[in-house]
Parts: sequence; C-alpha cells; structure tokens
Amino acid sequence: MTIKSKGLMALLLILALSACSDKVVKPQSGTQGALNSVAENSAYDGGNDLSVETVAIGQGQGMDQVTELMQSDTFSNPNSPLSKRVIYFEYDSSNVKAEFVPVVEAHAVYLVNNPNQIITLEGHSDERGTREYNIALAEQRAKSVFNMLQVLGVMNHQVGVVSYGEEKPDAMGSDEQAFQLNRRVEVVYK
Amino acid sequence: MNSSKSIDIKLCGQDFFNFWVGWVERLLAKPIKLACNDGFHYTPEKLGVSFYPSYKKVKLNGSGIGGVMLFLKKSVSIFILLVGVLYVNTLRAELIIDITEGIQSTHKIAIVPFALHAAASDKETEVISQIISADLASSGDFSVLEKDEMLSAPTQAEQVKYRHWAVTGQDYLVIGSILKQGKLYKIKMSLFDVVKKQQINELRINVESSSLRKAGHYLSDAIYKAIMGIDGVFSSRIAYVTTSELANKKKQYSLFVSDYDGNNAVAITKSNEPLMSPAWSPNGLHVAYVSFENKVSEIFVQTLNTGARRSVAKFKGVNGSPAWSPNGKKLAITLSKSGNSDIFILTLANGSVKQLTRSWAIDTEASWSPDGDSILFTSNRGKGAQLYIMPSNGKGTAERLTFEGDYNARGSFSKDGKQVLMVQGGKGSYRVAVLDVEKQQTTILSEGRSDESPSFSPNGQIIIYARRKAGKEILSLVSVDGLKKQDIKSSLGFVREPAWAPKAK
Repeated sequence: MTIKSKGLMALLLILALSACSDKVVKPQSGTQGALNSVAENSAYDGGNDLSVETVAIGQGQGMDQVTELMQSDTFSNPNSPLSKRVIYFEYDSSNVKAEFVPVVEAHAVYLVNNPNQIITLEGHSDERGTREYNIALAEQRAKSVFNMLQVLGVMNHQVGVVSYGEEKPDAMGSDEQAFQLNRRVEVVYK
Repeated sequence: MNSSKSIDIKLCGQDFFNFWVGWVERLLAKPIKLACNDGFHYTPEKLGVSFYPSYKKVKLNGSGIGGVMLFLKKSVSIFILLVGVLYVNTLRAELIIDITEGIQSTHKIAIVPFALHAAASDKETEVISQIISADLASSGDFSVLEKDEMLSAPTQAEQVKYRHWAVTGQDYLVIGSILKQGKLYKIKMSLFDVVKKQQINELRINVESSSLRKAGHYLSDAIYKAIMGIDGVFSSRIAYVTTSELANKKKQYSLFVSDYDGNNAVAITKSNEPLMSPAWSPNGLHVAYVSFENKVSEIFVQTLNTGARRSVAKFKGVNGSPAWSPNGKKLAITLSKSGNSDIFILTLANGSVKQLTRSWAIDTEASWSPDGDSILFTSNRGKGAQLYIMPSNGKGTAERLTFEGDYNARGSFSKDGKQVLMVQGGKGSYRVAVLDVEKQQTTILSEGRSDESPSFSPNGQIIIYARRKAGKEILSLVSVDGLKKQDIKSSLGFVREPAWAPKAK
C-alpha cells in the first residue's frame, strides 16, 4: 500500500507505536493479559492522558490534511454530493433511504478513485430504547452503508466501522426533531 | 371513604399545611378541615390554597384520621437529604436521595442521637445516628421522628420511658453510645419495640474513624433485618456512568462506584470517549465494562481494590454488554465479528469465546439465569426487540419469552428466577417493567418516556434505574411493587447506567 498523505503516515505510525494492544485480536488471558496493571489513581490519570494524547497526535498531524481536504471545493461546495457526509435513518431501521443513495454513491466514486483514502463510518442512534441494543442497531446502520460502498467497488481496508449507539448524540433534546438528527451514520474522512 | 365527610386534622404548622392540604384533599377525594390546638380553624382559603372552590365546611368524624396523620408525618421527613460530597480529581460527585412519591411508611421509628463519651465529641460521631435515620427513611419503609419532636433523649436502656415514644406514635426506638478509645470508636446500639415495651436487640461494634459511615450502614441493616425480616441494602454499593463537559469542551465519561446512597464515590475509570454497561462480578470484587477509549469498543475487567484491569474482548466490531455467569468464571458478551451482533460466551481463564446465537438479527444484552443454565437476551429476530431465552451451553434453540408490547429489552432475572426485570417500550415511551415469568404478567414500574438500565437491589426489593428529567439524566429508585419511588439527585446532571452490586460475601 502506498502512503500518500503525511497525515495517513503519521496515523499509521502512531497506531503502530502507540499500542501493542492494537495488534491483539484475540483477547488476552489470565494475568498475562493485564494491559493496565497500574494502581487505580495512576490508571485514570495516566490512562486518560494517554488516550487523549494518542488521539491528539494521531489526528493532529493528519488533521491538517483532512481539514484541507474537507475545505476543498469537492467537499465543501454545497452543490457537491460529497459535501453531505451524514446519512439519516428511520426509527429502529438500518435501511438507507432512497434520498441518501446518491450521497453514498458519490463517496463510493471518490473512494474508488482515491484508493489510499480511508474513512470511518460512525453509526449512531437516538436515545430511545436500551443502550446496548442501540449499539447493535447503529452498527447495522453503518454496515448498511459499508455494504453499499463495497458493492460499488470500495476496498474493504478503506472503510472502518464503529458504532456509538446513543452515546454521542448530535442534537440534545428528547423530541422527534432531535431524534431524527441523531439516527445517523457519519462518513468521517481520515 | 365517604366523600360527604371532611376530615379534621389536629396538627399545626401553617407553612406545612399550605403546601400539603390541597394535595391530601385531592388524594382522599374529600375536603379536609384543619384545626389547631389554639382552636383556630384553618380553611384552605385562609391558608391560601385557593384551588379548591368546592371546599365544604362539613364537620367530620372520620375514621382514617390516623392514616392521614401518618401520611402527613411522613411528609415532614420527605426531604431527606443524603448528601455525598466526594472530591475525586476535582470532580464533585453528589447524589442525593429524594423521596418523590408513594409514601406509605409502615413503621415509625425514633433514632435518638447517640451519646458521646470520652473524646468522642467529634462531629464525625454524629454521623452515625444521621446515617441510620437517612438509611431507614430512604427505604420508604420507615418514617423517622424528627429530633425536636422527641420528649426525652435516653442513651441507656434504663433511661427509656416507653410512654414518651408511644405518645408520639412510635413503633420502634433506637438509642446508642459511642466511646472513643485510641483510634477505635466503640459503638453500642439498642433497638426497642415501643408497643411491646421491650428491647429487641443490642449490638456492639468497634471501628476506626474511616469506617464510621460503614458502621452506620451496618447498624441500619441490623435494624432493618430485625424489624422487616429481610436484609437491608444500606451496606451495598452501586456503579454508574456520568458524563460532563470539560473546560476544553471535551466530554468526560466517568465510571463511578459508590455506596448505595451516593457517598464514597470513586471514579474507577475516566475517558473522553464513551464508557458503558458496567457489570459487577458475583463476588463484588470486579467490574466489567465497555470502553471506547481506543476509539473502538472494548470490554475491560477491573479489580476494584487494586485498580488493575485487563482487556478481555477487543474483536472487530461491537464488543458489548458484558454479563457475569453466576459462578463468575464466564462473561456472556455481544460481538459482531461474525457479521452482526450475536451473543458469545467468554471464558475468563483462557480468553476463549464460543458463539451462542447465530441469527441475521440483532442479538444482545445477555443475562444469566440464577442457575447459570440459561441465557436471556434481546433480539429483533421477530418483529421489533423482544426477549428470548436459550440454554447457555448452546444446545437447544432460543424461545421467545415476551409477547406483550412492541419492545421488550435488556432483561435480567430476579434472584429466584421467577421475575424478569426489563425495559418495555410502546407508544413512544420506554419504561421499567417486571414480568412474572410463570403468569406471563407484566407490571410497569416507572412512568417516564425514556427509562432504562434497571437493576435489582441485592435483597430484590428495590430497583435502581436511569431516567430523563428536565433535560438531565438521573438515577431513580422504585420498590418492586411499584409503590415507593425516589429520585437520586445529582449535581453532575448526567448520570446513567446504574448497576447495583451483589451482596458482598
């Protein structure tokens, strides 16, 4: 895989450096698996800072590139379908509505033409229903979009999927207006 | 009751009546006439309660006065504040139990401030009788006599004059003393049955100052057990998740463990990314939870007394909904590595995972039957989310358990396996409900629009859950019969996902 952007290189470097845990696919066992055997206080001071730092560096260096890209005419011109990077869903549904198909298609075309570009599909739900059910539901939403991208020729490794369920609402409030805005998949360019 | 009669209440305190008279009248569906010892008769008009135009000045001779008296007495102690102020990394965690409705106290109890001997005059020793009072009142089963209504203040059995307590209608009396010797506080407590005019028991415990609060809860448990015949919950702990916004606008998620009343709160982990689904190990020593701190979901198991933790599940996709097996050796978890969310059984000793459900649908929120033989879970394999049950060894098929309502999720068994606590949704509202498995009868216990994460207390009598109130998320308590309700107020604003710890062994 050729590395095109500095940001991506930085990101990969950080991923490689930051945590052996990233390599671990199987869960670790017994005492060997102790990822964090430090005492409680340092666990949340240190652990927290570490997490923040990793994010800051990982996205920080890549961020300029991504920000630049997102500010480009291709992504910021309201007439460009790529300016739309949120796909909204119906209640308890993970079907991509017809009106959002062109949006997904536009991103697919861009990703096919830019095979080194990676994205994350972040699945979200509204606050109704239980939290873990909403994690599963929001993942289905993100996977619906993922499957469409795949069919349209986007490579698997270009797309990451993460579900946040109802944990990261876009709109506060407990009315249908807020619910509509929160039932979404965000296409996040990295 | 006959609505043609009004009821006389011989109690004074104008402010008090101002507030309550209308409410009580509405409750009884009949007007109330208020008389004071000075002969002055308060009417709702005089008290400024103008919203009862149908008030009739009918002389009363009611039976049921006692009931009203009891009710009013209880309302005096309605505003019981259990203030837990803990500073953890400058974060102020404050939960306050606030009794909101359904007060039908069965027992009236007086708790005399404990006598302080020899250098034990510190403020900290006052804590003991305050904790006992607050504990018993918060249970909703007791109405606690105000200190200034006590006619005497005995500190030893010989000083107890039962008539002093009978005259104010008390059923029980608690007295005690605290003696400080070196580092130790020697606490003696006696419980009396006022009606039978006899001592029920006497307890002596010795604690260091750091354990005074614990000692108070221990004594509350002893009193509760002696009177109610079942274990109290006063020594139990809860875990919960809070969110707040930091100065830099970043979100802070914290997983707290605290006493049941919110005191002694300690953030066992914090992150700028979501923390979810805390689950206590059966021995109360570990908490499993989901963290997004590495930008993906991951399940950790943390040992409370050391703070040590390890990652137990970090597969591609969803890692969620950990639930401990009754023997503490396995976790039922949700993974989506096979394509979509399915239930897996993780053996903690070797990290192996075994897939339990295989459906195209969402399967999540696993919970074990008390005998460990079955797994209860949420699935939308039918129409909408419903609860299903299947053998935990994977041999056998899943059977649907819930049929009433459009949405039944996040089930968990009561200790005897006869009831299933769950979230029931329908018509835009999600409420805490309990299902009698054998009778297939559902009782709705809460009345919010977005109530969730119900968890049984160790004695099975109370349920803690999260609800939304005025744009905030708060914790709330409801008795298993649905009659007693209390909110746990928080200064943090967003408190969710309570999990009541099992009884410490």
